[in-house]
Amino acid sequence: MANMEYNVPSERWPVHPETATAEGKNKFVGFWIFLAGETVLFASLFATYLALKDSVPSDDHLLASELFHLPLAFVMTMLLLTSSLTSVYAIYHMRNNNFQKMQLWLGITALLGAGFLALEIYEFVVYVGLGHTFRSSAFGSAFYFLIGTHGFHVIVGLIWVTLLILRNANRGMSVYTAAKVNTFTLYWHFIDVVWVFIFTIVYLLGVL
Amino acid sequence: MAQTSTQKKGVGSVIWEYLTTVDHKKIGILYLIAGGFFFALGGIEAMLIRLQLAVPNNDFLSAGLYNEMITMHGTTMIFLAAMPLLFAFMNAVVPLQIGARDLAFPFLNSMGVWLFILGGIFLNLSWFMGGAPDAGWTSYASLSIDSPGHGVNFYALGLQITGAGTLMTGINFATTIITMRAPGMTYMRMPLFTWTTLVAAILIVFAFPPLTIGVFLLIFDRMFGSNFFIVEAGGNTIIWEHLFWIFGHPEVYILILPAFGIFSEIFSVFARKRLFGYSAMVFATLLIGFFGFMVWAHHMFTVGLGPTANAIFAVATMAIAVPTGIKIFNWIATIWGGSIEFTTPMLYAVAFIPSFVMGGVTGIMQAAAPADYQYHDSYFIVAHFHYVIVGGVVFGLLAGLHYYWPIMFNTMLNEVLGKITFVLFVFGFHLTFLIQHFLGLWGMPRRVFTFLDGQGYNAANMISTVGAFFMAAGVIILLINIVMTLVKNERVGTDPWGDGRTLEWSLPLPVPYYNFAQVPLVRGLDAYWIEKNEGDGKMMPAESIEDFHMPNNSIIPLIMSLGLFIASFGALYFADGKDWAIDAVSALDAKPWALPVLVIGLGITFVSMGVRSWKDDLGYYVTKEEIKKDLEELERGAK
Amino acid sequence: MKNHWMKAKWIGLITVLMVFLSGCGKNHLSALRPAGEVGQEQFNLMILSIIIMLLVVVVVTVLFTIAVAKNRRSKKGEDFEPKDVATNHTLEIIWTTIPIILLIILTVPTVYLVFKQADTSASVTDEGEVNPEENVINVRAYQYWWEFEYPTEQVVTSQEMVVPTDERVYFNLMGVDVKHSFWVPAAGGKLDTNIDGINSFYLVFDEESAQESDQLFYGKCAELCGPSHALMDFKVHALPAEEYDQWLADMKAVEEPAQASSEDAQAGQEIFADSCMACHATTPTGSGAMGPNLTNFADRELIAGYLEHNEENLEEWIRDPESLKPGNKMTGAYELNDEEIEAVSAYLMELSVEEGSGDVEALEEVRQSNTTESEGSEGEEESSANDEEEGN
Repeated sequence: MANMEYNVPSERWPVHPETATAEGKNKFVGFWIFLAGETVLFASLFATYLALKDSVPSDDHLLASELFHLPLAFVMTMLLLTSSLTSVYAIYHMRNNNFQKMQLWLGITALLGAGFLALEIYEFVVYVGLGHTFRSSAFGSAFYFLIGTHGFHVIVGLIWVTLLILRNANRGMSVYTAAKVNTFTLYWHFIDVVWVFIFTIVYLLGVL
Repeated sequence: MAQTSTQKKGVGSVIWEYLTTVDHKKIGILYLIAGGFFFALGGIEAMLIRLQLAVPNNDFLSAGLYNEMITMHGTTMIFLAAMPLLFAFMNAVVPLQIGARDLAFPFLNSMGVWLFILGGIFLNLSWFMGGAPDAGWTSYASLSIDSPGHGVNFYALGLQITGAGTLMTGINFATTIITMRAPGMTYMRMPLFTWTTLVAAILIVFAFPPLTIGVFLLIFDRMFGSNFFIVEAGGNTIIWEHLFWIFGHPEVYILILPAFGIFSEIFSVFARKRLFGYSAMVFATLLIGFFGFMVWAHHMFTVGLGPTANAIFAVATMAIAVPTGIKIFNWIATIWGGSIEFTTPMLYAVAFIPSFVMGGVTGIMQAAAPADYQYHDSYFIVAHFHYVIVGGVVFGLLAGLHYYWPIMFNTMLNEVLGKITFVLFVFGFHLTFLIQHFLGLWGMPRRVFTFLDGQGYNAANMISTVGAFFMAAGVIILLINIVMTLVKNERVGTDPWGDGRTLEWSLPLPVPYYNFAQVPLVRGLDAYWIEKNEGDGKMMPAESIEDFHMPNNSIIPLIMSLGLFIASFGALYFADGKDWAIDAVSALDAKPWALPVLVIGLGITFVSMGVRSWKDDLGYYVTKEEIKKDLEELERGAK
Repeated sequence: MKNHWMKAKWIGLITVLMVFLSGCGKNHLSALRPAGEVGQEQFNLMILSIIIMLLVVVVVTVLFTIAVAKNRRSKKGEDFEPKDVATNHTLEIIWTTIPIILLIILTVPTVYLVFKQADTSASVTDEGEVNPEENVINVRAYQYWWEFEYPTEQVVTSQEMVVPTDERVYFNLMGVDVKHSFWVPAAGGKLDTNIDGINSFYLVFDEESAQESDQLFYGKCAELCGPSHALMDFKVHALPAEEYDQWLADMKAVEEPAQASSEDAQAGQEIFADSCMACHATTPTGSGAMGPNLTNFADRELIAGYLEHNEENLEEWIRDPESLKPGNKMTGAYELNDEEIEAVSAYLMELSVEEGSGDVEALEEVRQSNTTESEGSEGEEESSANDEEEGN
């Protein structure tokens, strides 16, 4: 009994390895509650953005419709949506106790996320060049705070998944790692959903 | 690994144990000590405020210092005293009440307490570092942007640190109560304190993020040059008011619901009668929590949101009276036909009902928006919320302190001194605050550092100040009581009040570090009472004696919190002397070291976070043999 | 122990009652002595809510006292075993329904009054401009003083507002530096002066009540606005309509700054022109100035909003405003020696507007011309202000 019961033999690999342990179950419930809080956090951010999106000190400041470039935002959306899908594949292989493929799909998820992040940084650089900065107007502050908070979440997610992949390489598959991987994908889906709202509310409504 | 023999340890190792502990019982004690310290600090600030207002045109405190005093009094009492003290009881009691061996996330629990303590210290360092925040505990944006120096920076950063800790604690308790209940403890068998803790925890999860965002807006505007509240650049200060009160109103329920829970336990125990209308009480708790989120704008009736918004929020606010009324009547029905023993906790519970009803009805009076145009920001409001927060929450904390003291420290507080404290405190409380209702109606605005002679405010203010001294005397006697009790150290055994009904009273005192040798089987509401009446007075185990898993101590939570603490100093001085900074700090000397400090602090936090996730910490096992040995010792001790 | 507590409580109650019975506060600043329609309506609503709430308090107190008194263990004995009662549906329904009914009773007048008291549509014309037939005052709140502008008559004054009695007076409120709140307790509740936009409401001052308080009401800032928030008082002179018109006409008649008469004051006027004029106007125009308008300074009741109006206090104020109103914007804006301060004070004490100097009929003409002429430059300013208000 003294050893951790995390390494389950493959014939007894549970259908839901992520919640097979008490710790895993706690993580699962706790993380959902955390995401509920995150939802309110982003709701507050969206409200702030909507209140300030047309607020600039004078007419020579660019507004959303003059700034946003929909094709770029669309490509970013596609990258992130795809990365959400690839993280589902990772979970699929986790449930089937297929460690190598889980690692592979997590890696692809990380790459897609990094692609998204690169485009976002490119977008910011372009805007700053046009004079639309965090300090240029209330609209600028609200825009960078909302998109930036999402971007920060993406960065955290990328560091998280990288650490996971590296650590898993030593740990191998177990209900212990399963819970960790599952928590990460919950987080990643959440980031994706938030981006869908950003794309709709910030970019689409901004251009229309 | 065994921590059973703490008595034999030296001072150094005891301190190290507390710095690294993940045990909910020890964390509860940390919350109690730190929360108690801040409560005393906030109390001293309150006394200085009342001294300044004792007579007209007083110059005991200068205008600026007075504003710092009221800001710190409010902020300290809400964020650093009331909430942490409630967390102290939640930590000490809830896992025991639901039959768990610890919280769901012991590591996070430790993070929570250290973030709170360091955030509180950070906030109070402002007194020694150029002046405390002075824009009120609500820090409305136009004034908080205008306020010169670093005071408001301390407020914003300090709240952000403690707020993060509170959010973690909220998630932790919600998860714990959902997943870690003992077999047989269904939702509708949970003690009321557990229920109210669950609802308060969920409120924290939903209410704190808006505060986090609001405070971030303030931090960015004051320290990083953004324009959220700068009207000339398109900003809007009303956003702050909305975000603050979307947090601020549920916060009231985060404070009062656990206090309701404590009172529900006390009424039932000391009337020797099960809680009347248990399901109605649970339903009312949920309803209060739910309504709590739809009424924030009643703090903003005079902001000019328009008649439609005011009417909707007025009606929604009145609706909250219904579930609160249900609770009051259910408590009365609980003691009706009971056998009431007037212990100190019960005295507070009994005094709570009329006091809180007073605070409640003035709340409804304010919900009538046009009348509130008169009450708003006057002393009437000051009276109202002190009736709710002191008459509700602080009475609850004092009741809980006496009631749960044996569980936390294995001794009983002195009942005679306890009752003296009670008389002084309750009498002083009514003397201080009842008269303030009238001061408000006579036209005295709140947050005034002085008042002019000849307006008819003199006598009432003097009465109020005298009352405050009675409260202070009560608290001093309480401190004497605590010191005496700790020095005497007369140990008590299981169920020291004799009428314990819920699981926590079934445990031996001191509670073993693993709480339950065997997880108990719960057969109904008031599980322990059922076993006392229908069984042999002992909880039936739900499992055979087996090895079980416990988490390791860790210093990482403290280091992570320290990182944020250090980073905050970087942020605090970042805008000094910058050309994009707001007027409040742009003329100060530039601090080139601010950015490195910010980066180093955040680095410490993130690196220790990485270490935590890189190093698997699987905890340890408590073995069958050890448990059997403990049980045998208990058996011998009982004989 | 219980008896002690009850006794202490009674003593407290009696003390409090004595204080309460000593009056409902002062005529000129108590919300319990309403001086007009708005205040009266709010007062009535208070009374209604107090009656309902007293009912609740009495019921709870009676039930609670009986419950506590009858069920003491000392009375019932240690062996008494209370009967557990899970719940009682009839009771639960009763104490859920009755509060709902009581609240509905309170809701109806609340909602009605919210809408009634927010209706300021009469103060603007269909074109969105200030209605010259109504009394409209634009209030600007500064750290720590008040500016009052009469847009129709184009008169500006500060610190002491003059209003007509027995008529609705509409207020457009705005904060300049930080948020303040405009409160005349006797006349009605407060409304915030936001820095983001204009808030509007109206108050009424009854002639009868005005006479009871010497035509003078106290106003206060009700939102924490900095160190001297407590000293940001203002005064309201409520005058009968004819006197009000006369006052406006008198103010209107001041086209040039008053000339100093005494020698001291003449020196003062020169110093004033050099050191003070940049912020303080001495003609009743120029809203939005840096400092309070001083046209009728000598006629005022108070100095700096709260000090007795005499030359000594005035000199003290000019010498060291920081000590009297910490955090004010006047400190350090000028350098004057004692002699100069005395001279300036002497000059300021002569800044009086002669009663009856103005022509009321001319005032009527100004109002008339404002009705017909819709594109005046002043009118444009007002219309933009009103646009903002509607934007809220």
